[in-house]
Amino acid sequence: MSVSMDELGPGLKIRMKNRNIDCYVFFTLALISLVALGVILYFIFAQAIPFVGKLKVVPEGMGAIVKWGQDYSHTRLWDLFSTRWSPASYKHQFFGMVPMIVATTVITLGAMALAIPFGLSAAVFVGEVGPRWLKDIFKTVLELLAAVPSIVYGFFGLIIIAPWVRESFDVVSGSNGLSAALILSIMALPTIASLAEDALHAVPNTYREASLALGATKWQTIWRTLIPAASSGVIGAGILGMGRAVGETMAVLLVAGNSAFLTWNIFRSMRPLTAGIALDMAESVHGSAHYHALFALGAMLLLIALVMNWTAEWFHVRLLRRQGIREG
Amino acid sequence: MVKRPEHREIDATAGRDAQVDATRAWVKRTFYGETIIEIWDLDFFYGRNRVLHDVSLGIPKDGVTAIMGPSGCGKSTLLRTLNRMYEVVPGARATGEVIFEGENLLKSDPVILRHKIGMVFQRPNPFPKSIFDNVAYGPRIHGLRNRRKLADLVEDALHRAALWDEVKDRLKDSAFSLSGGQQQRLCIARALAVRPRILLMDEPCSALDPKASDRIEHTARELAEELTVIIVTHNLQQAGRVSDNVAVLLADGELAEFGPTRSIFESPQDERVADYLCGRFG
Ligand SMILES: Nc1ncnc2c1ncn2[C@@H]1O[C@H](COP(=O)(O)OP(=O)(O)OP(=O)(O)O)[C@@H](O)[C@H]1O
Ligand SMILES: [Mg+2]
Repeated sequence: MSVSMDELGPGLKIRMKNRNIDCYVFFTLALISLVALGVILYFIFAQAIPFVGKLKVVPEGMGAIVKWGQDYSHTRLWDLFSTRWSPASYKHQFFGMVPMIVATTVITLGAMALAIPFGLSAAVFVGEVGPRWLKDIFKTVLELLAAVPSIVYGFFGLIIIAPWVRESFDVVSGSNGLSAALILSIMALPTIASLAEDALHAVPNTYREASLALGATKWQTIWRTLIPAASSGVIGAGILGMGRAVGETMAVLLVAGNSAFLTWNIFRSMRPLTAGIALDMAESVHGSAHYHALFALGAMLLLIALVMNWTAEWFHVRLLRRQGIREG
Repeated sequence: MVKRPEHREIDATAGRDAQVDATRAWVKRTFYGETIIEIWDLDFFYGRNRVLHDVSLGIPKDGVTAIMGPSGCGKSTLLRTLNRMYEVVPGARATGEVIFEGENLLKSDPVILRHKIGMVFQRPNPFPKSIFDNVAYGPRIHGLRNRRKLADLVEDALHRAALWDEVKDRLKDSAFSLSGGQQQRLCIARALAVRPRILLMDEPCSALDPKASDRIEHTARELAEELTVIIVTHNLQQAGRVSDNVAVLLADGELAEFGPTRSIFESPQDERVADYLCGRFG
């Protein structure tokens, strides 16, 4: 039995038409996600910007406008970058988010310093060294871990990690930056390990063979060929893990201690940006300086996430260029 | 069962030592030289699937030895046995003896073995690194740190792979910026940089155009002056041009014929080999 070109014709035409439809569909979806991002950015900044120019209470004798026996002044952008956060006081108000920026940075970097080496090692071990059955178990466990609600991690942190940190490091309270970093690293681990494993798995077998055939050992092959070749994916895994750590709220809220004093010491109680927003949102008066300051915290969180992303992306591009995959 | 080529004259009931001596004598007589690898009763399995049957073969030290045969007969498998690269396949196993430098290489350390027996693959597979780093990869993993020595070694390897003139001004460029034929010669240089005694080539020209193939063939011939080259090829003309000796495997993984290329091409002893050769020539 043979089919003539004419018989195939209609099908071909439909396919051509479908191809155009497919094209529109993808374009529309891409556009929608861009618009959604734009809308989010717009609303956050639209709510953050009115912070400037609101009335705030200042310590006695320093204000400009006197009302109801208290000193008032107008908030300025610079207020956000002072080192003191004390927004709800009736005597004086401070809206400096520096302590929270520092806390977010310290906790996130701490979490990544733990999660990336462990995640990568787990991926290498499971993907390249260990037996195959281990890989299946590993993948299942990772998926399970990723599905655990963050509040559950928070409880775990509160009951297990914080007491452990207090005893092991002999600090006053286990609710501190380190506990938060630990819990975040546990939360980011599944993402990082699983994506890094995928990245290693995607390295063409020909690279492995080429390296082994030159007399490289398994570990030399992993370090000098596989990880560099998978570095795009590994960096991507790190970025996603970091994204999760920067944005995580619930788990951190339970273990970080949440004191808003400026400190770089990871063994002290810290309040990261996310916790800062979650703690205050319910109490802030709609439309007040405090309310808008919380949106400013959100905007700052967004900026930090973007900057971290861009930094990682920059490293990534530089690396690809060195490997010759992307032209300089 | 076919009588294995060199065994036609060898008494299979004699002791192992006597057989070894007889094979060496046979190789010496037939190829005017000594053997570098002796394969004895090699069987190869992928899981339960037996791919090589009782292959015995003495590979001469001098010149180029070609391995030929129909697709799927086990040429690549035989080649990969020689540097133990088959081990990357789970469930693959080889039994028998493969004597290299007085030791059964099936039982020796694969890392040291692969240092001495280099390999070039069917498709060019440079690393995503610069041209220089590709060639320097081998020496570096074997512990060479001295920059001058590395540079010398890289230059020498590129010269021997006939690539130096084309890349000497762009050693820092990515290996992917080279053409397919250049990439394959880069892979040859990379293998040569660890100074192997034997170079295995698995259909090194199958992904290349005739002109690039020609250069690779030429390179293989030149290399045969200083080391042993074992090349798998589908292409009879290529085998005729490039090889001094040829081993023909048959579809069931048996070695049917082994000897100097000229005599095998002109007067094959085995009927099935004759058919194979004729079938190819049309
Ligand atoms: N990784 C593997 N797992 C299982 N079986 C394999 C594997 N590689 C090869 N085989 C089988 O072993 C036999 C020999 O394969 P091999 O690749 O050695 O043949 P070849 O002669 O090199 O073929 P070609 O000329 O097509 O390259 C084939 O029947 C093939 O199906
Ligand atoms: Mg093959």
